[in-house]
Amino acid sequence: MPIIHVENLIKKYNGTEAVKGVSFEVNEGEVFGFLGPNGAGKTTTINILCTLLGFDSGTATVNGFDCKKDPHRVRQSIGLVFQEMTLDNELTAYENLKFHCYMYNMEKRLSEERIAEILEVVGLTDRKKDIVKKFSGGMKRRLEIARGLLHRPKVLFLDEPTLGLDPQTRSHVWDFIHSLMKREGNTVFMTTHYMDEAEACDRIAIIDRGRIIACDRPDALKKALRGDTIYLKTADNDKAAVEIESKFGLSPKRIEGGLSLLVESGEKFIPRLFEKLETGISSINLKRPSLEDVFINLTGREMRNEGPAPRMRP
Amino acid sequence: MFSYKAIYVITLREFKRFFRQRGRLIVTAARPLIWLFIVGSGFTRLIDTEGEGVRYIQFILPGIVGMTILFSSIFSTISVVWDREFGFLREMLVAPVSRVTIVFGKLLSGTALSVFQGAALLIVAPFLNLHIGLTEFVAMVFLMFLVALAITAMGLFVASFLTSLEGFNVIMNFIVLPMFFLSGALYPVGSLPEYIKVFAYINPLCYGVDAFKHILLPGHGALVAEFPIALDIAFIAAFSALFTFLSALVFERRK
Repeated sequence: MPIIHVENLIKKYNGTEAVKGVSFEVNEGEVFGFLGPNGAGKTTTINILCTLLGFDSGTATVNGFDCKKDPHRVRQSIGLVFQEMTLDNELTAYENLKFHCYMYNMEKRLSEERIAEILEVVGLTDRKKDIVKKFSGGMKRRLEIARGLLHRPKVLFLDEPTLGLDPQTRSHVWDFIHSLMKREGNTVFMTTHYMDEAEACDRIAIIDRGRIIACDRPDALKKALRGDTIYLKTADNDKAAVEIESKFGLSPKRIEGGLSLLVESGEKFIPRLFEKLETGISSINLKRPSLEDVFINLTGREMRNEGPAPRMRP
Repeated sequence: MFSYKAIYVITLREFKRFFRQRGRLIVTAARPLIWLFIVGSGFTRLIDTEGEGVRYIQFILPGIVGMTILFSSIFSTISVVWDREFGFLREMLVAPVSRVTIVFGKLLSGTALSVFQGAALLIVAPFLNLHIGLTEFVAMVFLMFLVALAITAMGLFVASFLTSLEGFNVIMNFIVLPMFFLSGALYPVGSLPEYIKVFAYINPLCYGVDAFKHILLPGHGALVAEFPIALDIAFIAAFSALFTFLSALVFERRK
């Protein structure tokens, strides 16, 4: 039986649907990722599953408990790390953890044991008596993840756990999360808009504008593309698109400042393209399939406006 | 669902935060003393109340205790807005405890902090030639608890609608000042014009200060308690119950 079961979930904000009939299942022990651009409905879905938000129709169960009818039992089954910081800056690391133990009604001795153990795991044992205000962003995140695991939840929800961290800290936090998951063996449900974070999941659901547009293992999703992507910049993109369509029978997708093409073998196709295309090519880039390409192929858009998604080399 | 452990730890957290914020601690301690010894001494020279058997500086002590509780209780509820703004509220909302538990935790912590401050202020009573024995002290703690509960509950209700710290300060100052000036702290409410008196009569602090006067200024005359103490207690208790219910309701409704 899946540990998270969601069927036809619909959530409206003032009449407009933020989540438009989403269905998926997460199996026990799995690291499941929700990948999508900002505003796609990731946080809304997570808030519904964590009982912080109601929904309009459909069903959502976590650990066998209904999120609407039995929120209390759902809350006992889950741990949460939110997008924003939710630590008390005025308290020490130890006090933040202790607060959590009391809220989850843990035995005194057990909570002391777990706190000591988890502080060791996150490498904050020697900082336990320090006020959280003095911690760096990465340390705070580690402490929050530790806190989310204190009561040994069945499912750990991570809502963009590395948002706002620098790349180095980001990869540290992920190494940490993955090693922790191996140790603790619980199910993880996470959201992200970083491709590399999604790649590391067992399974991902790609969500866009409130709908799941694909759901599978990352390598299966990439395989489904069956080919390489060529990113192309030309003197006249519109003209080039028409040309490519008529000469190669391909349908190029328009992306910012250029075109993207899905071809079976990139190495073989590029020489033919240079030979036959009359519109001047200013840059060309071949890419093996990535999740970004999966997203572009499904939606015709890039996932992020910021950042160098398909890199164009001169 | 209803967790005493959670109420305890929410209260413990507020106490820890209170004693760690040194600025807040100093202001809290200084405010009543400024009123008592600067404003009080000044008016004592100006207003001759010796005929009533009470000096002005003595007369305002119950009011200043009331003020201390008023400020402390109202501004303790800023923690609700604060917790929302800094995310900590979500840590509490997602925990397996009922919303009512969280409301009670906030209520109890605000109330306890106020009683603590009010009790600390009573130390100055002997310097004003007011006698406080154990009986009076216990009676005061009981009354201060009721008053603090009433005002914290009201503050919590108002704060649950406020989403920014700026908004909180504006709204609460707007509430606190009329409550203080219509409490009988600085002058008897009986001497106010009729149309203003109406507002004093729905002010829980007015009954609170009156109850304090029963204990701290026993006797008769124009400057001592104006209502029967049973009425004071009944009004404050009813007010506490009403706003405790309302804040629990508001918290239960919103996620």
